[in-house]
Amino acid sequence: MTVQYTDKPIPRPALWGIIYRSSGSLWEGVKEEKFLIQKCKDCGKILHPPRPMCPACHSTEQEYVEASGKGKIYSYVTYNKSPHKAFKAPYSVILVELDEGPRVISNTVDVKPEEIEIGMPVEIAYEKIDDELTLYKFKKAG
Amino acid sequence: MGRNILEEYMNRKYDADIKPSPQANLIKDKTAIVGIGETEYSKNSGRDELDMACEAIKNAADDAGIKVEDIDGLETFTLDRTAMPFIVSTLGLKNLRFASEVSFGGGAACAVTLHAAAAVATGVAKNVVCYRALNEASGHRFGRGDGYAKYMISAPTPHYGYTFPMGFCTPLSWAGCWGRRWMHEFNVTYEQIGWWAVVLREYANKNPRAIFHDKPMTHEDYMNVQMIVEPLRLFDCCVDTDGAAAHIVTSAERAKDLKQKPVYILGAGQSAPIEQEIQTIYNRPVISGLFETWYAAHEAYRVAGVEGKDIDVAELYDPYSLGGIMSLEECDFCERGDAGNFIEGGDNIRVDGKMPTNTNGGLLSEAYIHGYNLVNEGVRQLRGQSYNQVKDPELCMVTAGPGVPSSAMVLRN
Repeated sequence: MTVQYTDKPIPRPALWGIIYRSSGSLWEGVKEEKFLIQKCKDCGKILHPPRPMCPACHSTEQEYVEASGKGKIYSYVTYNKSPHKAFKAPYSVILVELDEGPRVISNTVDVKPEEIEIGMPVEIAYEKIDDELTLYKFKKAG
Repeated sequence: MGRNILEEYMNRKYDADIKPSPQANLIKDKTAIVGIGETEYSKNSGRDELDMACEAIKNAADDAGIKVEDIDGLETFTLDRTAMPFIVSTLGLKNLRFASEVSFGGGAACAVTLHAAAAVATGVAKNVVCYRALNEASGHRFGRGDGYAKYMISAPTPHYGYTFPMGFCTPLSWAGCWGRRWMHEFNVTYEQIGWWAVVLREYANKNPRAIFHDKPMTHEDYMNVQMIVEPLRLFDCCVDTDGAAAHIVTSAERAKDLKQKPVYILGAGQSAPIEQEIQTIYNRPVISGLFETWYAAHEAYRVAGVEGKDIDVAELYDPYSLGGIMSLEECDFCERGDAGNFIEGGDNIRVDGKMPTNTNGGLLSEAYIHGYNLVNEGVRQLRGQSYNQVKDPELCMVTAGPGVPSSAMVLRN
């Protein structure tokens, strides 16, 4: 069960200026249905969320590698009251631990809130909001 | 060097490689909180925040027995919306030498006192007042996602760009996510976490300042109330409050001649350990704990030269129940993963229990003044002036916001 939206605009990631330089590749990738993870070119550390410098070796050289999109639900919450005018409650937010390591916040597209369990295997699914924005979501792993 | 703080955290051993040594810390024993003050705590103050801030500051000065004009330092949160120049002109301050603001929301709750003490200990200022005023109930509410999405997804906090679009946009839900993981890893039940809210309400029922002074609540009431964001219920949330609180920091030397028994700052510290975000701290190897609370608490212990077992009373920052409950583990009042068992039945955190905690009713049941009311309660306990007085406490632990760059301090009477 995916999140139901109202006719109000959903909050958007910052896709401008100084922030865009770090996170731009991730969102550009998502538009093309690829989940790109930032990786330090020098020491290989995976950096998520993306950032301008590697905290381990202080290199400013990064590359982006495509994640498998597979992972497991690590934690979750369920809103019984809507916290924001764009979203209709009830809905759940899941924290997915990707096989590559990083944990990402998302929603499920096909699991009801009461059926969500920690450890449930999921894989990435994409939800196109409009021409500017596609979001990464998750479905039960097949 | 080569210090692995994650390993220390998991092994519950704090091995600081920080120099200088605790003995060289100029704050320890040399600074004191000498005055506390607040306004009425209400759901609708009908006043502006400047008005309330000045009243709380005046009350703190009167409590200390110093003239308002003798205040020469101002310290608050970056989130405070009173403008310092108007504080100066409203109070008639003539000798301002030091003014500063601390960031990180509730994480600043003890850092403000630390910064004030640092200014006093180094002679930059003599009498620094720490204040916080907010119309959280009738004005701006932090607990809602509406309205501030654009402001939150900004250059200082770009990580919200990965959470808000998924509808993940309130502090309660951010806490619920690491809280759920903690409950999962340690088999903590809803029944257990309910005792936090119940005991704090008992304290509030005896404290006339508390918003919920006249509203008793049983464990059954707790279990029957609606879930706001599972796993957290309405009674797990702090009480949105209009009000202000303030406290005055001066040197131990000057404190001796003032009206009240001085409450010395024995140790204090700030923290922002690995993979820090503002509450969405999910890319640490371990999220079933409050790393920054642990770090700040242990830095405060290190400077103070004490351990968790030496503490007599604790005022733990609880913007939601789990923040306070999990802090019990991080301050070493119980074993990691055992806080659910520790609070079950409530006796351990009641006034004659192993660790009396949030004896004013906490942020859940007294008021949400961003942690300043916890500082004031800690001072009252050590003076012997609490409505829920612990017998002859010597040391009090105060903590600040969980999941954000945080702070903590140990107070001594």
